[in-house]
Amino acid sequence: MIYLDYNATAPLRDAAFAAMTEVLRAPSNPSSVHRDGRLARRRVEDARETLAAALNAPSAGVIFTSGGTEANNLALTAFPGRRILASAVEHPSILKGKIDAVVPVDRHGVIDLVALDEMLSADKSPALLALMLANNETGVIEPVAEAAALAHRYGAFVHVDAMQAFGKIPVDMAALGADSLSVAAHKIGGPQGIGALVLADSDADLQPLLVGGGQERRHRAGTENVAGIVGFGAAVADLGDVTAEGARLANLRDRIEKAALDELHGVTIFSRKVGRLPNTTCLALPGVPSQTILMALDLAGFAISAGSACSSGKLSPSPVLAAMGETTLATAAIRISLGWGTTEADVESFIGQFVTIAQRLIREHKAA
Amino acid sequence: MKLPIYLDYQATTPCDPRVVEKMLPFFTETFGNAHSVTHSFGWQAEEAVELAREQVADLIGAEAKEITFTSGATESNNLAIKGLARFYGTRKNHIVTVATEHKCVLEAAARLEREGYEVSVLGVKPDGLVDLAELETAITERTLLVSVMGVNNEIGVIQPLAEIGALCRAKGAFFHSDGAQALGKIPLDVEAMSLDLLSLSGHKLYGPKGIGALYVRRKPRIRLAAEMDGGGQERGIRSGTLATPLIVGFGEACRIAKIEMEEEGKRLKRLRDRLYQGIAGRLEGVSLNGSADKRIPGNLNLSFAWVEGDQLLRGLTDVAVSTGSACSAATLEPSYVLRALGLNSELAHASLRIGLGRFTTEQEVDFAIDSIVGAVERQRAQSPLWALHLEGSELVDR
Repeated sequence: MIYLDYNATAPLRDAAFAAMTEVLRAPSNPSSVHRDGRLARRRVEDARETLAAALNAPSAGVIFTSGGTEANNLALTAFPGRRILASAVEHPSILKGKIDAVVPVDRHGVIDLVALDEMLSADKSPALLALMLANNETGVIEPVAEAAALAHRYGAFVHVDAMQAFGKIPVDMAALGADSLSVAAHKIGGPQGIGALVLADSDADLQPLLVGGGQERRHRAGTENVAGIVGFGAAVADLGDVTAEGARLANLRDRIEKAALDELHGVTIFSRKVGRLPNTTCLALPGVPSQTILMALDLAGFAISAGSACSSGKLSPSPVLAAMGETTLATAAIRISLGWGTTEADVESFIGQFVTIAQRLIREHKAA
Repeated sequence: MKLPIYLDYQATTPCDPRVVEKMLPFFTETFGNAHSVTHSFGWQAEEAVELAREQVADLIGAEAKEITFTSGATESNNLAIKGLARFYGTRKNHIVTVATEHKCVLEAAARLEREGYEVSVLGVKPDGLVDLAELETAITERTLLVSVMGVNNEIGVIQPLAEIGALCRAKGAFFHSDGAQALGKIPLDVEAMSLDLLSLSGHKLYGPKGIGALYVRRKPRIRLAAEMDGGGQERGIRSGTLATPLIVGFGEACRIAKIEMEEEGKRLKRLRDRLYQGIAGRLEGVSLNGSADKRIPGNLNLSFAWVEGDQLLRGLTDVAVSTGSACSAATLEPSYVLRALGLNSELAHASLRIGLGRFTTEQEVDFAIDSIVGAVERQRAQSPLWALHLEGSELVDR
């Protein structure tokens, strides 16, 4: 079975696995003051520094959470009293929150900065703009630095959801102008169940989501998931040269897209004209529902998806593509996403099978 | 014998090696997102999650559907208390809890108090147990929720959950319990105890950190407002990608506890009594905090007259124990739990929480006796109060 669904979750990196197994075998509540507790504390703090350095953020600004969803929820509720603006293609962990206004995107899925400017100037009350750095379904990279500069002119607070971007392209919190930024370990080959909200201003006074023991400088109560945090830190340290790895994956991704364009008549590749993550392609075959092609590919030994994994249970049309105006193709979209474990051989094998299966399905659906 | 000896099992427990082995394949081989519905990586992860859900449910006499996975007991307690209040609104606007609850229960209640709820925080009897008559009086027709922990994290006392549950049922209030310290230590049964909500934690019963669960009764159905919105996982109660390896570990920890709890309890009680007799037999001025018999086998909480708790802890380099709850350990304030029992600030300060667990050996217990007795004697040798006591005069009235 070849796994090409890295945007849903990535297999754990060996370095993270090794670091975690060591921790899992030792008792350690980092809030305890005895020697075992202090060792756990140091490991947590090392991971905090590693993550902060990778994001060019202050380590005291890192608040570990149970994952990206919690980090996004915390970001939206931490500074009550601000009206919240979010782009139409945000992850549900943003859009299901109390959003006051939705900023539209163009047909490529890129946020409409003119509309954003109008929305910010029309209502001068303090705002919070939530914007993802890269989209989980299409891989589109949003103009976050421009949007943040614009929002800051109106005194808005800028939260950046970097869940999909982190580890795939360089993420520099200061350069982006993000006031807060969320990341999830399992998207970069770290463990599931750990993420972080990172604050540019580590002294910011925020209202916590989870109250209790006062961990994480009173920003997030709960015994720290030490193994998870250590695994996260190890995965970050193992990212290596993100740009070089991005170039490797872009080359493989482009081969898939070239084969699709050359061999599959009528195929649509979404957002190809704009900047995207190097590992992601989202495409639709003419007349073939995504469910059909996904099941056929699963039988052939390839794991891919129709978009976001979260809203599971049923495969509904992608709200991301709908926001881009792609209503008819939204039920046909499939997402192929590559990652650290993807080899050239994996991709070559995929291309061969994918083209054969897709050609057959396109024929069958045209005949039907 | 490996030093330091770990005797802080109420702060956290080591992952049982059997639990670790069950978890490992889910990091590397079956690593899928349990919500991926389009391929076998996702299906296998989902299958593992659902098995674990049954294992957790089985340990508390619940149905799998009644288990919602969270990041731990703190999140479960927050979700249970705030989520319930926010769903049901302020038609009933009164919450009853107890002074010795875990910080996260008290803080969640305090948050609701700021939002307009009325919160009654009941005291406890000198043995740490809730006074049922007082509780009965405190519950009114405006009481939405009663939250009482199963087992206290500092003094290990077991609250009469079945009696409290029956009271709540009779008075029409929802009953929540923080079961983090009780799970796998005492038998829990959501039916017999009339529990509507029960918070559970993985790392207190030899499972991993970062995972917990909330039992939410379905018959009749208890409704909660979600604390985290998003992908709609866990029936919309708790969004976020499920941490499959952690859930698998939690499930396995529950499976093991169900089988071994009774025997383990007997063994720990023997060791705990040996530890207590070893210390109290060699030192004067040692008192046990909290009920001696309504207590989990793996806990001792002792106060030592004429010593300083923090200095005592520093003198105990080879025995990992604590002065109270780990969460606020760094603040080194006297324990509010011990204060609630009526201890004065000196005795509350001069206390040690000693937690025994699955991997504690008799050899370790004997070593701990010597270490603790020695450390107390050294502290007392430097204490003017001790000198006065030996002379037969006391500065403070104890």
